[in-house]
Amino acid sequence: MNAPTFKPAAVLDIERIRADFPILKLEVNNKPLVYLDNAASSQMPQQVIDRLVRYQTSQHANIHRAVHYLSETATHEYEVARRTLQKFINAKEDREIIFTSGTTEAINLVMHGYGRKFIKAGDEIILTTLEHHSNIVPWQMLCEETGAKIRVVPINDAGELDIAVYESLFNERTKFVGVVHISNALGTINPVKQMIAFAHARGVPVLVDGAQAAPHLSVDVQDLDCDFYAYSGHKLCGPTGIGMLYGKAKHLEAMQPYKGGGDMILSVTFEKTTYNTIPFKFEAGTPPIMAAIGLGAAIDYLQTIGMDKIAAHEHSLLEYATAQINDMPGVRIIGTAKNKASVISFAIDGVHPHDIGSLLNQEGVAVRTGHHCAQPVMDRYRVPATSRASFAFYNTMAEVDALITGIRTVQQVFA
Amino acid sequence: MADLKALYQEVILDHNKKPRNYGKLSPSTHHAEGHNPLCGDHISVTLNLSGNLADVKIEAIGFEGEACAVCKSSASMMTVAVKGKTRDEAETLTQDFLAMATGKMDMNAPNNMGRLAVFAGVKDLPTRVKCAILPWHTLHAAFNSVLEVSTEADADPMHTS
Ligand SMILES: Cc1ncc(COP(=O)(O)O)c(C=O)c1O
Repeated sequence: MNAPTFKPAAVLDIERIRADFPILKLEVNNKPLVYLDNAASSQMPQQVIDRLVRYQTSQHANIHRAVHYLSETATHEYEVARRTLQKFINAKEDREIIFTSGTTEAINLVMHGYGRKFIKAGDEIILTTLEHHSNIVPWQMLCEETGAKIRVVPINDAGELDIAVYESLFNERTKFVGVVHISNALGTINPVKQMIAFAHARGVPVLVDGAQAAPHLSVDVQDLDCDFYAYSGHKLCGPTGIGMLYGKAKHLEAMQPYKGGGDMILSVTFEKTTYNTIPFKFEAGTPPIMAAIGLGAAIDYLQTIGMDKIAAHEHSLLEYATAQINDMPGVRIIGTAKNKASVISFAIDGVHPHDIGSLLNQEGVAVRTGHHCAQPVMDRYRVPATSRASFAFYNTMAEVDALITGIRTVQQVFA
Repeated sequence: MADLKALYQEVILDHNKKPRNYGKLSPSTHHAEGHNPLCGDHISVTLNLSGNLADVKIEAIGFEGEACAVCKSSASMMTVAVKGKTRDEAETLTQDFLAMATGKMDMNAPNNMGRLAVFAGVKDLPTRVKCAILPWHTLHAAFNSVLEVSTEADADPMHTS
């Protein structure tokens, strides 16, 4: 669903939700923590922390290896988690879900497994200005190796992709499309379903970087019809070191493995190795079992709240914050797409983002400052960096007010 | 935690708004560029040195660039502090400034920091130390006319302390 409709959902009981997150009770510089850096990484509820502890205290052993009780338990829980991930994005089969260390590894897997096998000199890969470096650099590495070329879809001043240019970039050499579902730097929600349909009509597969989308709206990979979808656990209340690649089974089967080792083989002799079936072909070595199970628990947690309610609450935070910032002289929002997730990149006249970040931190407000691993976006707006507030479902209107007060304080210091 | 607002109020009111020795010397005898990849800061330092070996002297110094207030004020104050000094004096001051910014200087003992002492507080802000020391690294590079320096590599205070 690339154009989510924000149903007037029942209001979330935010105070009850916040009670689940021990870290939100912290004070920073003697002020209550106002955590608005969720696009970089979100916080973990007690339910997930407890699940990690339960796994490690009563269920841990290596998976897919031994017949003893713990190994069977760990294997079972790991595969249960895989099915949780499958249902979360409505994948057709659980073998289409590959555990990776995160979005970055998922994209690199596709580059090595698909790109190096199927993309050749002279071929073209379409990416967009909005991509995170993790969906740019692997493809540049591939191009350097193969002689393929990258074509880039530009954005307009609001930060929306120019779809007419996107469509005009296709030709007989186009072999792959990589597009971010939601821009981490600007919050733009891209019309990925429409873009995928256009690419498929020309026989071109599409990878969607869902790092910012999976935590904030309900994703249906069959409805999108994407070929690959990637996200990171730590951005959806799960642990770091775990994430996922969804790939259509037909692609995953055709692809070459990316890492060699244990678990990804059926038989090994020094003459010949037979690879395991998917998804195991891509999961060489002992995976972060605890983290995978924790990610499953995080998804369970989000689903009890409901992705639609999450999206609705975050949207009201976005609207409230946007309206207030628009009323502030000397503050400018960068990225004003019509279809936007709860990310606000902003600039304050005459104040460097780094100074904004430090002074907001004095007030207990955590925002990200920098280029957000999206330097092409920064270049487009001719800024070296922005400050970015990104909201999660556990943020409150009062925290938006704290941000606004903080911005006023910054302006006063620099007045 | 240092009172960051006080640091800002002290340096911003002055050097960020009215940076001294701002601009590129042309011609210059030495110059270097410095980057902080973390925040995209970028400054250049140009020098006109006179004299030889033992008593090389900074006749003129200029700095320029896109940078946060901490970096810009540090650069501005640096130019004031080193102008007219010998290379050796400036290099000693650089070492002392780096020691202060990374928390290795006892600020209660007598020191030669003078007005630069306002930057002592950045030692509690690891992500900002780099901003404060970038101009000094760039000055050092300019003496050697190493044309590019970055605060991410060996100069990273997180790795040296
Ligand atoms: C849009 C987008 N893609 C990819 C990534 C990379 O995610 P990770 O660092 O978890 O691999 C991020 C995270 O910052 C992101 O926001």
